[in-house]
Amino acid sequence: MKMEDEESLLVKKIRNGTVIDHIPAGLSFLVLKVLGITRDERGKVAVLMNAESRKIGKKDIVKVENRELSPQEVQKIAIIAPNATLNIIKDFKVERKIKLYLPNKVTGVLRCTNPYCITNKSEEPIVSSLELVSSEPIVLRCTYCGTKQDYKQILRSLEEPLS
Amino acid sequence: MFEMWKGRDVISILDFSRTDLEELFDRADYVLKSDLREKPLDGKIMATAFFEPSTRTRLSFESAMLRLGGSNIGFAEAGTSSQVKGENFADTIRMLDNYSDIIVLRHPLEGAARFAAEISNSPVVNAGDGKREHPTQAMLDLYAIKRNFGKIDGLTYCVLGDLKYSRAAASFVLGLTRFNPDRIYLVSPPQLSVREEIKDHLKMLNIKFDEKAELREVLHEIDVLYVTRIQRERFPDLREYEALKNSYVVDAKMLENAKSNLAILHPLPRVNELSLDVDKTKMAKYFEQARMGVYVRMALLRLIFGV
Repeated sequence: MKMEDEESLLVKKIRNGTVIDHIPAGLSFLVLKVLGITRDERGKVAVLMNAESRKIGKKDIVKVENRELSPQEVQKIAIIAPNATLNIIKDFKVERKIKLYLPNKVTGVLRCTNPYCITNKSEEPIVSSLELVSSEPIVLRCTYCGTKQDYKQILRSLEEPLS
Repeated sequence: MFEMWKGRDVISILDFSRTDLEELFDRADYVLKSDLREKPLDGKIMATAFFEPSTRTRLSFESAMLRLGGSNIGFAEAGTSSQVKGENFADTIRMLDNYSDIIVLRHPLEGAARFAAEISNSPVVNAGDGKREHPTQAMLDLYAIKRNFGKIDGLTYCVLGDLKYSRAAASFVLGLTRFNPDRIYLVSPPQLSVREEIKDHLKMLNIKFDEKAELREVLHEIDVLYVTRIQRERFPDLREYEALKNSYVVDAKMLENAKSNLAILHPLPRVNELSLDVDKTKMAKYFEQARMGVYVRMALLRLIFGV
């Protein structure tokens, strides 16, 4: 049986919305978090954990009905899962497939971890900006104060809202 | 040649190449020999915005500007600006940009200078942003070394004291990476060791460096001793400052073990890390270093204004 068929037995196809595929196993909860999906969510959301993947061994998949992601949400997901794929679904068909990649710069998405950084002053008209220093392991550096964050710190920052 | 410098912001010492810095030093040599009656910046206004205290940096910038025929406006502490009324930093910079041709800025927050440079049309000079950098201090430190030894390459350096919070030490070490130091010893208590980003930079450029806790281990082999103050104002916990404030005291007696041509530098102000009896030794170069501050800043202003 083809893998897609096996999967469709577990989770039904969605009519319209977004499927985020190839999320590293275990990180779908974080994807839900950055998408702001909580227990109060009204729309249909399917989460498939530990599905087989030829590319990465095990993977998670998140399907969200009637939702297109904002550029900022896409940036966040690219940081969590740089090898993920976004499938935009219209009428049960994949209308567009977007392969994510780590951007060289993320703006207005993550907070700088340095409490003394100017970007953490809410009264200033400044947007946080982090530049990619290395991708494996992922390290980002604040454009303004130079403070670096590693993957662990990045995941923590993703959970905090920007001021 | 001046075009490389004209209109530039000075945010980090790493924004400048070796060639840029050598051009600055040549310009400083020229300024030192020049007729101080020349007034090439007549009609130009410099704004000094100091949100943190300063003596040398602010006054030497102001003196440099006045000597070049320009004028100066500004404030020396945040308490006398509209920030106490709740004005944000961005608005203050916009206002200063309208009133002046160049802004010299000191601010406790890191990245403040880069942010100001984004807002301002006039060039912005970082005169210290939190613990991060103090690039014009590094420029004059390097110039003082060049004048003393005739070179910056091939010397063994020791940077002593608060390497975690001292922005002068940070910019000095980063500035050395534009040259070919033989070796850099970074001597500090473990709690105040040099920041990771600076070590990463040294490693990336394959510059030989060692971290040590004791000055006496390296004193006999160094050419330059750069002493820094333990930065009381940056400690989140003052008890920690109290425990570390007397970590190092350089005095005339211990210098008997040093090379006779050792040059001792200090960005000043000092507290007790540099004993007064060192002042009388031939090794004390820190007052001469401070004197260079005006000339290097005159050279810097001339290059930025292209005159």
